[in-house]
Amino acid sequence: MSYKAKFKVWRGEGGEGKLEDFTVEVNEGEVVLDIIHRLQATQAPDLAVRWNCKAGKCGSCSMEINGKPRLGCMTRMSTFAEDETITVTPMRTFPVIKDLVTDVSFNYQKAREIPSFTPPQGVRPGEYRMQQVDVERSQEFRKCIECFMCNNICHVIRDHEENKPAFAGPRFLMRIAELDMHPYDVADRQESAQEEHGLGYCNITKCCTEVCPEHIKITDNALIPMKERVVDRKYDPLVWLGNKIFRRPK
Amino acid sequence: MSQTTSDAPVRRQRAQIKVRTLRTDRWWLAPLLTFLGLSAFLVYGVWAIFDTPYYVPGAEYIAPFSSPCLATSCPEGARLFGLAPFGDWYTLPPGLLILGLPGGFRLTCYYYRKSYYRSFWLSPPACAVQEPHGKYTGETRLPLIMQNIHRYFFYAAIVIGAILSYDAILALVHKPLGLGSWILLLNAVLIVAYTLSCHSCRHITAGRLNHFSRHPVRYRAWTFVSKLNAKHQPLAWASMFSVMGADFYVRLVAKGIIAFPYA
Repeated sequence: MSYKAKFKVWRGEGGEGKLEDFTVEVNEGEVVLDIIHRLQATQAPDLAVRWNCKAGKCGSCSMEINGKPRLGCMTRMSTFAEDETITVTPMRTFPVIKDLVTDVSFNYQKAREIPSFTPPQGVRPGEYRMQQVDVERSQEFRKCIECFMCNNICHVIRDHEENKPAFAGPRFLMRIAELDMHPYDVADRQESAQEEHGLGYCNITKCCTEVCPEHIKITDNALIPMKERVVDRKYDPLVWLGNKIFRRPK
Repeated sequence: MSQTTSDAPVRRQRAQIKVRTLRTDRWWLAPLLTFLGLSAFLVYGVWAIFDTPYYVPGAEYIAPFSSPCLATSCPEGARLFGLAPFGDWYTLPPGLLILGLPGGFRLTCYYYRKSYYRSFWLSPPACAVQEPHGKYTGETRLPLIMQNIHRYFFYAAIVIGAILSYDAILALVHKPLGLGSWILLLNAVLIVAYTLSCHSCRHITAGRLNHFSRHPVRYRAWTFVSKLNAKHQPLAWASMFSVMGADFYVRLVAKGIIAFPYA
Protein backbone atom coordinates (compact mmCIF):
# COMPACT_ATOMS: atom_id res chain seq x y z
CA MET A 1 0.00 0.00 0.00
CA SER A 2 1.40 3.37 -0.91
CA TYR A 3 0.17 6.84 -0.06
CA LYS A 4 1.24 10.45 -0.38
CA ALA A 5 2.75 11.89 2.79
CA LYS A 6 3.27 15.53 3.67
CA PHE A 7 6.81 16.43 4.72
CA LYS A 8 8.40 19.64 5.98
CA VAL A 9 12.16 19.49 5.54
CA TRP A 10 14.56 22.15 6.80
CA ARG A 11 16.71 23.38 3.94
CA GLY A 12 19.50 25.90 4.07
CA GLU A 13 23.20 26.49 4.52
CA GLY A 14 24.94 27.67 7.65
CA GLY A 15 22.23 28.71 10.04
CA GLU A 16 20.02 30.34 7.45
CA GLY A 17 17.23 28.33 5.98
CA LYS A 18 13.60 27.38 6.31
CA LEU A 19 11.19 24.48 6.35
CA GLU A 20 10.08 23.54 2.85
CA ASP A 21 6.91 21.59 2.08
CA PHE A 22 6.92 18.39 0.05
CA THR A 23 4.35 15.79 -0.83
CA VAL A 24 6.01 12.47 -1.48
CA GLU A 25 5.11 8.86 -2.08
CA VAL A 26 5.48 6.39 0.79
CA ASN A 27 5.45 2.61 0.33
CA GLU A 28 4.93 -0.16 2.84
CA GLY A 29 7.96 -0.98 4.99
CA GLU A 30 9.81 2.26 4.31
CA VAL A 31 11.69 4.39 6.79
CA VAL A 32 12.14 8.16 6.90
CA LEU A 33 15.56 7.94 5.23
CA ASP A 34 13.91 6.17 2.26
CA ILE A 35 11.57 9.12 1.88
CA ILE A 36 14.44 11.61 2.06
CA HIS A 37 16.16 9.62 -0.68
CA ARG A 38 12.97 9.67 -2.75
CA LEU A 39 12.85 13.44 -2.34
CA GLN A 40 16.43 13.60 -3.62
CA ALA A 41 15.55 11.40 -6.57
CA THR A 42 12.34 13.13 -7.58
CA GLN A 43 12.03 16.68 -6.27
CA ALA A 44 15.15 18.05 -4.57
CA PRO A 45 18.31 16.63 -6.14
CA ASP A 46 20.57 18.94 -4.10
CA LEU A 47 19.04 17.98 -0.72
CA ALA A 48 21.97 17.10 1.53
CA VAL A 49 21.72 14.20 3.98
CA ARG A 50 24.46 12.17 5.64
CA TRP A 51 23.92 8.42 5.65
CA ASN A 52 25.86 5.24 5.34
CA CYS A 53 24.79 1.80 6.54
CA LYS A 54 20.98 2.08 6.58
CA ALA A 55 21.02 -0.48 9.38
CA GLY A 56 21.19 1.64 12.53
CA LYS A 57 24.83 0.85 13.17
CA CYS A 58 26.89 3.65 11.66
CA GLY A 59 25.20 6.58 13.41
CA SER A 60 25.39 8.80 10.34
CA CYS A 61 21.75 9.65 9.63
CA SER A 62 20.98 11.38 12.95
CA MET A 63 18.31 14.02 12.38
CA GLU A 64 15.29 15.41 14.19
CA ILE A 65 11.95 13.97 13.17
CA ASN A 66 8.90 15.75 14.54
CA GLY A 67 11.22 17.51 16.95
CA LYS A 68 12.86 14.39 18.39
CA PRO A 69 16.38 13.20 17.59
CA ARG A 70 16.11 9.94 15.67
CA LEU A 71 18.06 7.84 13.21
CA GLY A 72 16.40 8.35 9.82
CA CYS A 73 17.09 4.76 8.85
CA MET A 74 15.44 3.33 11.98
CA THR A 75 12.29 5.46 12.01
CA ARG A 76 9.53 3.54 10.32
CA MET A 77 6.93 5.46 8.37
CA SER A 78 4.31 3.10 9.78
CA THR A 79 4.72 4.84 13.16
CA PHE A 80 3.09 7.98 11.73
CA ALA A 81 -0.50 8.54 10.71
CA GLU A 82 -0.98 8.83 6.96
CA ASP A 83 -2.45 12.33 7.27
CA GLU A 84 0.31 13.52 9.60
CA THR A 85 2.77 16.16 8.44
CA ILE A 86 6.27 14.97 9.28
CA THR A 87 8.87 17.59 10.07
CA VAL A 88 12.53 16.76 9.46
CA THR A 89 15.30 19.09 10.62
CA PRO A 90 19.04 18.77 11.21
CA MET A 91 20.33 18.21 14.75
CA ARG A 92 19.82 21.49 16.60
CA THR A 93 22.95 21.49 18.77
CA PHE A 94 25.55 21.43 16.00
CA PRO A 95 26.25 23.90 13.20
CA VAL A 96 24.62 23.17 9.89
CA ILE A 97 26.74 22.53 6.83
CA LYS A 98 23.82 22.09 4.46
CA ASP A 99 20.21 20.97 4.85
CA LEU A 100 20.21 17.93 7.15
CA VAL A 101 23.99 17.64 7.42
CA THR A 102 25.57 19.07 10.55
CA ASP A 103 29.17 19.65 11.52
CA VAL A 104 29.74 17.27 14.45
CA SER A 105 33.41 18.11 14.93
CA PHE A 106 32.59 19.37 18.46
CA ASN A 107 32.36 15.70 19.38
CA TYR A 108 35.70 14.77 17.86
CA GLN A 109 37.31 17.65 19.71
CA LYS A 110 35.85 16.39 23.00
CA ALA A 111 36.99 12.84 22.22
CA ARG A 112 40.55 14.06 21.76
CA GLU A 113 40.50 15.79 25.15
CA ILE A 114 40.06 12.48 27.00
CA PRO A 115 43.31 10.61 27.71
CA SER A 116 43.21 7.17 26.16
CA PHE A 117 43.29 3.85 28.05
CA THR A 118 46.24 3.91 30.44
CA PRO A 119 47.43 0.49 31.67
CA PRO A 120 49.71 0.13 34.70
CA GLN A 121 53.42 0.41 34.10
CA GLY A 122 55.06 -2.94 33.52
CA VAL A 123 51.94 -4.65 32.19
CA ARG A 124 52.22 -5.19 28.48
CA PRO A 125 49.49 -5.97 25.96
CA GLY A 126 48.84 -9.69 26.14
CA GLU A 127 49.39 -9.76 29.87
CA TYR A 128 45.99 -8.39 30.87
CA ARG A 129 43.95 -10.96 32.77
CA MET A 130 40.37 -9.92 33.44
CA GLN A 131 37.25 -11.76 34.50
CA GLN A 132 34.20 -11.24 32.33
CA VAL A 133 32.34 -9.96 35.37
CA ASP A 134 34.91 -7.16 35.73
CA VAL A 135 34.57 -5.82 32.21
CA GLU A 136 30.94 -6.37 31.30
CA ARG A 137 29.81 -3.18 32.97
CA SER A 138 31.87 -1.05 30.61
CA GLN A 139 31.10 -3.29 27.64
CA GLU A 140 27.59 -1.84 27.62
CA PHE A 141 29.08 1.55 26.78
CA ARG A 142 31.01 0.12 23.84
CA LYS A 143 27.73 -0.46 22.03
CA CYS A 144 27.78 3.29 21.30
CA ILE A 145 27.56 3.97 17.55
CA GLU A 146 28.49 7.64 17.95
CA CYS A 147 25.34 9.03 16.40
CA PHE A 148 25.77 11.94 18.86
CA MET A 149 22.06 12.17 19.47
CA CYS A 150 22.72 12.13 23.23
CA ASN A 151 24.97 15.15 22.95
CA ASN A 152 22.48 16.75 20.60
CA ILE A 153 19.55 16.44 22.99
CA CYS A 154 21.43 17.35 26.16
CA HIS A 155 20.00 20.72 27.18
CA VAL A 156 23.31 21.72 28.80
CA ILE A 157 24.69 22.50 25.36
CA ARG A 158 21.54 22.37 23.22
CA ASP A 159 20.08 25.39 25.02
CA HIS A 160 23.37 26.95 26.16
CA GLU A 161 26.02 27.23 23.47
CA GLU A 162 28.28 28.95 26.02
CA ASN A 163 28.63 25.68 27.95
CA LYS A 164 30.27 23.84 25.08
CA PRO A 165 33.89 24.54 26.11
CA ALA A 166 33.27 23.24 29.66
CA PHE A 167 31.02 20.26 28.98
CA ALA A 168 31.94 17.07 27.18
CA GLY A 169 28.36 15.84 26.85
CA PRO A 170 26.91 12.47 27.83
CA ARG A 171 28.69 10.54 25.10
CA PHE A 172 32.13 11.46 26.38
CA LEU A 173 31.28 11.44 30.07
CA MET A 174 30.20 7.86 29.36
CA ARG A 175 33.58 7.25 27.75
CA ILE A 176 35.27 8.55 30.91
CA ALA A 177 33.08 6.24 33.03
CA GLU A 178 33.98 3.31 30.78
CA LEU A 179 37.68 3.93 31.31
CA ASP A 180 37.32 4.67 35.02
CA MET A 181 35.53 1.34 35.54
CA HIS A 182 38.15 -0.58 33.55
CA PRO A 183 40.13 -2.92 35.84
CA TYR A 184 43.42 -2.06 34.14
CA ASP A 185 43.07 1.68 33.68
CA VAL A 186 45.16 3.69 36.14
CA ALA A 187 44.62 7.26 34.91
CA ASP A 188 42.88 9.70 37.24
CA ARG A 189 39.48 10.09 35.62
CA GLN A 190 37.40 11.28 38.54
CA GLU A 191 39.00 14.62 39.20
CA SER A 192 39.13 15.47 35.51
CA ALA A 193 35.52 14.32 34.91
CA GLN A 194 34.35 17.02 37.30
CA GLU A 195 36.90 19.76 36.72
CA GLU A 196 37.73 19.45 33.02
CA HIS A 197 34.80 17.67 31.39
CA GLY A 198 31.89 19.23 33.25
CA LEU A 199 30.20 16.26 34.93
CA GLY A 200 28.67 18.68 37.44
CA TYR A 201 26.68 20.32 34.65
CA CYS A 202 24.67 17.13 34.19
CA ASN A 203 21.38 17.39 36.06
CA ILE A 204 20.45 13.79 35.20
CA THR A 205 17.24 14.59 33.33
CA LYS A 206 17.90 11.43 31.31
CA CYS A 207 17.21 12.74 27.82
CA CYS A 208 20.43 11.09 26.65
CA THR A 209 19.10 7.72 27.78
CA GLU A 210 15.72 8.36 26.15
CA VAL A 211 17.19 8.97 22.69
CA CYS A 212 19.98 6.37 22.63
CA PRO A 213 19.26 4.05 19.67
CA GLU A 214 21.39 1.34 21.28
CA HIS A 215 19.35 1.58 24.50
CA ILE A 216 22.44 2.19 26.60
CA LYS A 217 21.46 3.26 30.12
CA ILE A 218 23.74 6.26 29.90
CA THR A 219 22.43 8.07 32.97
CA ASP A 220 21.90 5.16 35.34
CA ASN A 221 24.94 3.10 34.41
CA ALA A 222 27.52 5.71 33.44
CA LEU A 223 26.75 9.26 34.55
CA ILE A 224 25.29 8.61 38.00
CA PRO A 225 27.95 5.99 38.94
CA MET A 226 30.56 8.51 37.78
CA LYS A 227 28.95 11.22 39.88
CA GLU A 228 29.08 8.88 42.87
CA ARG A 229 32.77 8.19 42.22
CA VAL A 230 33.38 11.93 42.12
CA VAL A 231 31.56 12.27 45.44
CA ASP A 232 33.92 9.63 46.87
CA ARG A 233 36.82 11.66 45.66
CA LYS A 234 35.77 15.22 46.35
CA TYR A 235 32.74 15.57 48.60
CA ASP A 236 32.61 12.69 51.08
CA PRO A 237 34.86 13.25 54.12
CA LEU A 238 34.26 9.73 55.44
CA VAL A 239 35.50 8.09 52.25
CA TRP A 240 38.42 10.49 52.15
CA LEU A 241 39.31 9.58 55.73
CA GLY A 242 38.87 5.87 55.01
CA ASN A 243 41.19 6.12 52.05
CA LYS A 244 43.79 7.85 54.21
CA ILE A 245 43.63 5.34 57.06
CA PHE A 246 43.09 2.10 55.14
CA ARG A 247 44.18 1.00 51.71
CA ARG A 248 40.71 0.58 50.28
CA PRO A 249 40.20 -2.02 47.58
CA LYS A 250 39.41 -0.86 44.04
CA MET B 1 27.41 25.52 -6.34
CA SER B 2 29.66 27.13 -3.73
CA GLN B 3 31.70 24.94 -1.42
CA THR B 4 31.60 25.55 2.34
CA THR B 5 35.02 25.08 3.89
CA SER B 6 35.42 23.67 7.38
CA ASP B 7 36.46 27.00 8.91
CA ALA B 8 33.89 29.16 7.17
CA PRO B 9 31.80 31.27 9.60
CA VAL B 10 28.55 29.84 8.23
CA ARG B 11 29.55 26.42 9.55
CA ARG B 12 29.51 27.78 13.06
CA GLN B 13 25.78 28.37 12.98
CA ARG B 14 23.00 26.06 14.02
CA ALA B 15 19.75 25.77 12.11
CA GLN B 16 17.73 28.85 12.96
CA ILE B 17 14.32 27.56 14.03
CA LYS B 18 12.25 30.02 16.00
CA VAL B 19 9.94 27.67 17.89
CA ARG B 20 10.81 26.13 21.29
CA THR B 21 10.13 22.66 20.00
CA LEU B 22 8.83 20.86 16.94
CA ARG B 23 7.56 17.95 19.00
CA THR B 24 4.01 17.01 18.14
CA ASP B 25 3.29 14.62 21.02
CA ARG B 26 1.90 15.62 24.43
CA TRP B 27 5.35 16.29 25.91
CA TRP B 28 3.85 18.62 28.54
CA LEU B 29 1.72 15.90 30.14
CA ALA B 30 4.47 14.10 32.10
CA PRO B 31 5.94 17.25 33.70
CA LEU B 32 2.43 18.48 34.51
CA LEU B 33 1.46 15.23 36.24
CA THR B 34 4.79 15.19 38.06
CA PHE B 35 4.24 18.77 39.21
CA LEU B 36 0.79 17.93 40.53
CA GLY B 37 1.97 14.72 42.23
CA LEU B 38 4.93 16.31 43.98
CA SER B 39 2.91 19.39 44.94
CA ALA B 40 0.24 17.17 46.52
CA PHE B 41 2.95 15.42 48.54
CA LEU B 42 4.39 18.73 49.74
CA VAL B 43 0.99 20.13 50.72
CA TYR B 44 0.04 16.93 52.50
CA GLY B 45 3.39 16.83 54.31
CA VAL B 46 2.97 20.36 55.69
CA TRP B 47 -0.57 19.60 56.80
CA ALA B 48 0.48 16.30 58.43
CA ILE B 49 3.28 17.89 60.44
CA PHE B 50 0.83 20.12 62.28
CA ASP B 51 -2.07 17.68 62.45
CA THR B 52 -2.93 15.77 65.63
CA PRO B 53 -3.72 13.07 66.67
CA TYR B 54 -1.36 10.70 64.90
CA TYR B 55 -1.35 7.70 67.26
CA VAL B 56 -3.89 4.93 67.90
CA PRO B 57 -3.36 3.40 71.36
CA GLY B 58 -4.13 -0.30 71.69
CA ALA B 59 -3.63 -0.98 68.00
CA GLU B 60 -0.25 0.78 68.28
CA TYR B 61 -0.64 2.52 64.96
CA ILE B 62 1.56 5.55 64.52
CA ALA B 63 1.35 7.77 61.47
CA PRO B 64 4.58 7.49 59.41
CA PHE B 65 4.98 11.28 59.17
CA SER B 66 5.20 11.44 62.98
CA SER B 67 7.48 8.43 63.52
CA PRO B 68 9.81 8.17 65.34
CA CYS B 69 8.26 10.28 68.07
CA LEU B 70 11.14 11.56 70.19
CA ALA B 71 9.73 14.19 72.58
CA THR B 72 7.72 14.04 75.80
CA SER B 73 4.91 15.81 73.98
CA CYS B 74 4.33 12.50 72.16
CA PRO B 75 1.79 10.13 73.75
CA GLU B 76 3.68 7.63 75.89
CA GLY B 77 2.91 4.61 73.70
CA ALA B 78 3.98 6.50 70.57
CA ARG B 79 7.53 7.08 71.75
CA LEU B 80 10.21 4.98 70.10
CA PHE B 81 11.18 2.27 72.64
CA GLY B 82 9.45 4.43 75.26
CA LEU B 83 12.24 7.00 75.04
CA ALA B 84 11.91 10.75 74.68
CA PRO B 85 15.46 12.02 74.13
CA PHE B 86 14.29 15.52 73.27
CA GLY B 87 12.62 15.88 76.67
CA ASP B 88 9.89 18.33 77.51
CA TRP B 89 11.65 21.49 76.30
CA TYR B 90 10.69 20.58 72.74
CA THR B 91 7.10 21.66 72.16
CA LEU B 92 6.90 21.87 68.36
CA PRO B 93 5.24 19.06 66.39
CA PRO B 94 7.35 15.87 66.65
CA GLY B 95 7.29 15.36 62.88
CA LEU B 96 9.46 18.46 62.45
CA LEU B 97 12.31 16.69 64.28
CA ILE B 98 12.73 13.90 61.78
CA LEU B 99 11.03 14.73 58.49
CA GLY B 100 14.12 16.54 57.26
CA LEU B 101 15.86 13.19 56.91
CA PRO B 102 13.46 11.30 54.62
CA GLY B 103 12.61 14.65 53.00
CA GLY B 104 16.27 15.32 52.29
CA PHE B 105 16.67 11.79 50.97
CA ARG B 106 13.91 12.36 48.43
CA LEU B 107 15.02 15.90 47.66
CA THR B 108 18.54 14.79 46.72
CA CYS B 109 17.45 11.47 45.13
CA TYR B 110 18.65 11.11 41.55
CA TYR B 111 15.15 10.28 40.33
CA TYR B 112 13.43 13.15 42.13
CA ARG B 113 16.11 15.51 40.90
CA LYS B 114 15.18 14.59 37.35
CA SER B 115 11.50 15.01 38.07
CA TYR B 116 11.61 18.39 39.77
CA TYR B 117 14.28 19.83 37.48
CA ARG B 118 11.88 19.03 34.67
CA SER B 119 8.52 19.85 36.21
CA PHE B 120 9.28 22.72 38.60
CA TRP B 121 12.39 24.34 37.15
CA LEU B 122 11.69 23.46 33.49
CA SER B 123 15.33 22.67 32.96
CA PRO B 124 14.31 21.27 30.53
CA PRO B 125 10.54 20.67 30.74
CA ALA B 126 10.92 17.72 28.35
CA CYS B 127 13.57 16.38 26.01
CA ALA B 128 14.12 18.57 22.94
CA VAL B 129 11.97 21.34 24.41
CA GLN B 130 13.91 24.54 24.92
CA GLU B 131 14.23 25.63 28.54
CA PRO B 132 13.30 29.21 29.46
CA HIS B 133 16.51 30.07 31.35
CA GLY B 134 19.21 32.26 29.88
CA LYS B 135 22.01 30.71 31.92
CA TYR B 136 22.72 27.23 33.22
CA THR B 137 25.41 25.98 35.59
CA GLY B 138 23.81 22.70 36.69
CA GLU B 139 25.14 21.15 39.86
CA THR B 140 28.53 22.83 39.69
CA ARG B 141 27.97 25.47 42.38
CA LEU B 142 25.90 26.33 45.44
CA PRO B 143 23.18 25.50 46.21
CA LEU B 144 22.85 22.56 43.81
CA ILE B 145 26.35 21.22 44.47
CA MET B 146 24.88 20.15 47.82
CA GLN B 147 23.04 17.37 45.97
CA ASN B 148 26.30 15.48 46.41
CA ILE B 149 25.46 14.75 50.06
CA HIS B 150 22.74 12.34 48.94
CA ARG B 151 24.51 9.31 50.41
CA TYR B 152 24.34 10.79 53.93
CA PHE B 153 20.59 11.12 53.61
CA PHE B 154 20.61 7.53 52.38
CA TYR B 155 22.24 6.39 55.63
CA ALA B 156 19.54 8.26 57.58
CA ALA B 157 16.80 6.84 55.34
CA ILE B 158 17.95 3.30 56.17
CA VAL B 159 17.37 4.08 59.86
CA ILE B 160 13.96 5.62 59.15
CA GLY B 161 13.02 2.59 57.02
CA ALA B 162 13.98 0.30 59.89
CA ILE B 163 11.86 2.31 62.33
CA LEU B 164 8.82 2.24 60.03
CA SER B 165 9.28 -1.53 59.70
CA TYR B 166 9.42 -1.81 63.50
CA ASP B 167 6.21 0.27 63.75
CA ALA B 168 4.48 -2.02 61.27
CA ILE B 169 5.58 -5.18 63.09
CA LEU B 170 4.48 -3.69 66.42
CA ALA B 171 1.06 -2.92 64.94
CA LEU B 172 0.81 -6.45 63.52
CA VAL B 173 1.65 -7.93 66.92
CA HIS B 174 -0.99 -5.84 68.67
CA LYS B 175 -3.67 -6.01 65.99
CA PRO B 176 -2.90 -8.73 63.46
CA LEU B 177 -6.33 -8.46 61.85
CA GLY B 178 -6.28 -4.70 61.66
CA LEU B 179 -6.37 -3.19 58.20
CA GLY B 180 -4.07 -0.45 59.45
CA SER B 181 -1.40 -3.00 60.43
CA TRP B 182 -1.25 -4.33 56.89
CA ILE B 183 -1.30 -0.85 55.38
CA LEU B 184 1.66 0.08 57.58
CA LEU B 185 3.44 -3.12 56.59
CA LEU B 186 2.91 -2.50 52.86
CA ASN B 187 4.17 1.04 53.33
CA ALA B 188 7.28 -0.17 55.18
CA VAL B 189 8.06 -2.67 52.42
CA LEU B 190 7.76 -0.01 49.73
CA ILE B 191 9.81 2.52 51.71
CA VAL B 192 12.59 -0.02 52.31
CA ALA B 193 12.54 -1.13 48.65
CA TYR B 194 12.74 2.48 47.47
CA THR B 195 15.59 3.17 49.90
CA LEU B 196 17.58 0.11 48.84
CA SER B 197 17.05 0.86 45.15
CA CYS B 198 18.88 4.18 45.57
CA HIS B 199 21.82 4.92 43.27
CA SER B 200 24.03 5.72 46.26
CA CYS B 201 23.21 2.32 47.76
CA ARG B 202 24.19 0.73 44.45
CA HIS B 203 27.48 2.60 44.55
CA ILE B 204 28.18 1.73 48.17
CA THR B 205 27.53 -2.01 47.74
CA ALA B 206 30.12 -2.45 44.99
CA GLY B 207 29.65 0.28 42.38
CA ARG B 208 32.86 1.93 43.45
CA LEU B 209 34.88 -1.24 42.76
CA ASN B 210 36.57 -2.09 39.47
CA HIS B 211 37.26 -5.73 40.30
CA PHE B 212 33.94 -7.40 41.04
CA SER B 213 35.60 -10.81 40.84
CA ARG B 214 37.67 -10.09 43.95
CA HIS B 215 34.56 -9.22 45.99
CA PRO B 216 31.90 -11.85 45.20
CA VAL B 217 29.62 -11.01 48.14
CA ARG B 218 29.61 -7.31 47.38
CA TYR B 219 29.10 -8.10 43.71
CA ARG B 220 26.03 -10.16 44.53
CA ALA B 221 24.69 -7.32 46.65
CA TRP B 222 25.36 -4.91 43.77
CA THR B 223 23.53 -7.22 41.36
CA PHE B 224 20.52 -7.31 43.67
CA VAL B 225 20.50 -3.55 44.20
CA SER B 226 20.96 -3.00 40.45
CA LYS B 227 17.77 -4.96 39.79
CA LEU B 228 15.92 -2.85 42.33
CA ASN B 229 17.59 0.28 40.95
CA ALA B 230 16.01 -0.34 37.55
CA LYS B 231 12.64 0.15 39.33
CA HIS B 232 13.73 3.26 41.24
CA GLN B 233 11.23 5.56 39.57
CA PRO B 234 8.12 3.42 40.12
CA LEU B 235 9.29 2.66 43.66
CA ALA B 236 9.73 6.39 44.31
CA TRP B 237 6.13 7.07 43.31
CA ALA B 238 4.68 3.96 44.95
CA SER B 239 6.41 4.66 48.27
CA MET B 240 5.44 8.35 48.13
CA PHE B 241 1.76 7.53 47.72
CA SER B 242 1.93 4.67 50.21
CA VAL B 243 3.44 6.85 52.93
CA MET B 244 0.78 9.50 52.32
CA GLY B 245 -1.98 6.88 52.25
CA ALA B 246 -0.78 5.06 55.38
CA ASP B 247 -0.30 8.33 57.25
CA PHE B 248 -3.76 9.60 56.30
CA TYR B 249 -5.37 6.29 57.22
CA VAL B 250 -3.82 6.23 60.70
CA ARG B 251 -4.90 9.82 61.32
CA LEU B 252 -8.46 9.01 60.29
CA VAL B 253 -8.49 6.03 62.69
CA ALA B 254 -6.94 8.16 65.43
CA LYS B 255 -9.66 10.80 64.96
CA GLY B 256 -12.38 8.15 65.05
CA ILE B 257 -13.52 8.90 61.51
CA ILE B 258 -12.72 5.31 60.54
CA ALA B 259 -14.01 3.14 63.36
CA PHE B 260 -15.00 -0.33 62.13
CA PRO B 261 -13.71 -3.27 64.25
CA TYR B 262 -10.94 -4.33 61.89
CA ALA B 263 -9.79 -0.79 61.06
